[in-house]
Amino acid sequence: MQYWHFSETAYPYLPPPETIDSIRVTLPNGVIDPERAAALWDRYLLEWQVADECGINLMMNEHHATATCMDPAAPVIAGILGRITTKARILILGNPVANRKDPVRVAEETALVDLLSHGRLDVGFVRGVPYEVSAVNSKPVQMSERMWEAIDLIKKAWTTHDGPFNWEGRFFHQRHVNIWPRPLQQPHPPVWVTAMTPGSAGRIADNGDIVASFLTGYEGTRKVFQAYRDRLAETGRPAPADDRFAYAALVYTGRTDEEGLEGARKLMWYVKANKVPFEFVQPPGYTPYFVRAAGLRGERSAYDFKSLTLENLIDEGIVFAGSPSTVRGQIEKFHERVGGFGHLLLMGQAGFLEHDETVAGIRTFAEHVKPALDRQFTPRPVTV
Amino acid sequence: MLTLVDSTTGTVVGRAEGEDVVLDVATTGAGPTLLMLHGAEGREADTAFVDALAGRFTVVAPSHPGFGLSPRPDWCDTVEDLAYLYLDWIERQDLRDVVLVGLQFGGWLAAEMAVRDCSRLGRLVLVDPVGIKVGGREDRDIVDVFAIPRGELDARNYADPAAGPGDLTLASVEDTEHIARNEEALALYGWEPYLHNPRLRRWLPRIHVPTLVAWGAHDGIVSPGYGRAYADAIPGARFEIVDGAGHRAQVEQPATLAALVADHTV
Repeated sequence: MQYWHFSETAYPYLPPPETIDSIRVTLPNGVIDPERAAALWDRYLLEWQVADECGINLMMNEHHATATCMDPAAPVIAGILGRITTKARILILGNPVANRKDPVRVAEETALVDLLSHGRLDVGFVRGVPYEVSAVNSKPVQMSERMWEAIDLIKKAWTTHDGPFNWEGRFFHQRHVNIWPRPLQQPHPPVWVTAMTPGSAGRIADNGDIVASFLTGYEGTRKVFQAYRDRLAETGRPAPADDRFAYAALVYTGRTDEEGLEGARKLMWYVKANKVPFEFVQPPGYTPYFVRAAGLRGERSAYDFKSLTLENLIDEGIVFAGSPSTVRGQIEKFHERVGGFGHLLLMGQAGFLEHDETVAGIRTFAEHVKPALDRQFTPRPVTV
Repeated sequence: MLTLVDSTTGTVVGRAEGEDVVLDVATTGAGPTLLMLHGAEGREADTAFVDALAGRFTVVAPSHPGFGLSPRPDWCDTVEDLAYLYLDWIERQDLRDVVLVGLQFGGWLAAEMAVRDCSRLGRLVLVDPVGIKVGGREDRDIVDVFAIPRGELDARNYADPAAGPGDLTLASVEDTEHIARNEEALALYGWEPYLHNPRLRRWLPRIHVPTLVAWGAHDGIVSPGYGRAYADAIPGARFEIVDGAGHRAQVEQPATLAALVADHTV
């Protein structure tokens, strides 16, 4: 099992929720105190350095026009981490390629970061969250089609070394694709793709890439992973190793259960502060029309965790929290319930979880949970 | 889920990419052919207007691919595709002197058809059409219907918000599925550039059939000033304000609008 420290790098110092319509898209950036934002970046980078020292890998993502994430350019941060850390692998999960108008640029950015980090980059691709289509003016219809065309183009750009090739696809056009530099890792960095529903897993399995699921709990995650396994079985390919499966949960490890739960309560900011109106949560076309129709009628979305308590979220396998032995037990149970997985993405910082608390959570996990799990789940190298 | 029409229940309107294009088409009334192109409200919401026209015209009202109960072929994803589809359909039926009525999004579509080929059109009527760029690059000519709450959307679409679908938590599954499907189709065809074709305005002078541009006095989506600019770009076009109506003038003032259409076709 590989472990990855993840922070969404929020700017949490916001006006009272009742005074704003949305934490995303429309919240004016005048809310930001630039000095405070710069200081936050110093500490977030430091937390990834701590994870690196502790033998934990690093994960970052990218969002736009939102207080929940101050990183609108993940490759920039990945490049910095490539120079201020030494051992950890660096995962961008992900590049929102359905929303990026120029996939060749993504191929260039990631090739550069792979060189800067001496081959420590893992490249994740995501469709992009629904809130973001307005912020980046990206059509919420045909997003999967755009994402897959972009991934195909990026992989071809990474792996073509005999001069320019032509690409005139449905969504992207470029007549002379010939990226300089090229990635260090051969044939290209490991590729991850997110899937929140079983229907998305088949194509990821076809490509042999790593499937990652976020906060989908025991049942949702098991179904996604099973769809991947089923696809390989149906197509007569060998059963996948655990390292093809990744899961992201909110995780806080304390010295005691009480301390662990206290940390997790602070992480809950991530789900509780996500005030966003319906028109940005469910833009037309992002989900099938009948799913959005249920939303229009006021039915709760499967990903709306606002009404759930910390205890609910722990019961669902969305939060792992408590003492080292409790967290270890939760992860073992999750591993068993989903049929095995090889990457745990630990969302170990959110909202007002302060620097010292974040570092304590990382260190306690690394010193008191990881060694025991390593004895049980052989740490596998990431394979391409 | 909605049950869409198929080759046995729908109407074949054309053929492309090796397959028939099947749409849900409603035909009512008697008289000269009037092709009515709905907007985001969907044809089902325009019944009163169709009824008001049916005494004088044979009203042919398709649901566009992706709207209502019409399937959408995967290749069909631009307003240009729709324009050629309907021009081709008119030609296949050998129709002449067609009265083409376009409502809001359907008005944009009607204008795209007319700049390409007016030869089989007799009259053109555009009701609160979108489709052109009038203001500067920092002016949002058309309110972002995808980024406002439902209550505001109703208030902008209708002079009397009660004319709209209202509180959707009280609406039927079928009604909300129609709304969701229609809005998805609108996003597909009109997300970017937003509900317009930057090149359309410069070609509007190619429209050489008598044209009426009618505008809801209380249109909160696109202002009457935009409507005047639209009419000014079409040679000889007449511009009429419809009192007591918002963006979807045909829903709130069906009789007034039908009378304007009738008057325009005399």
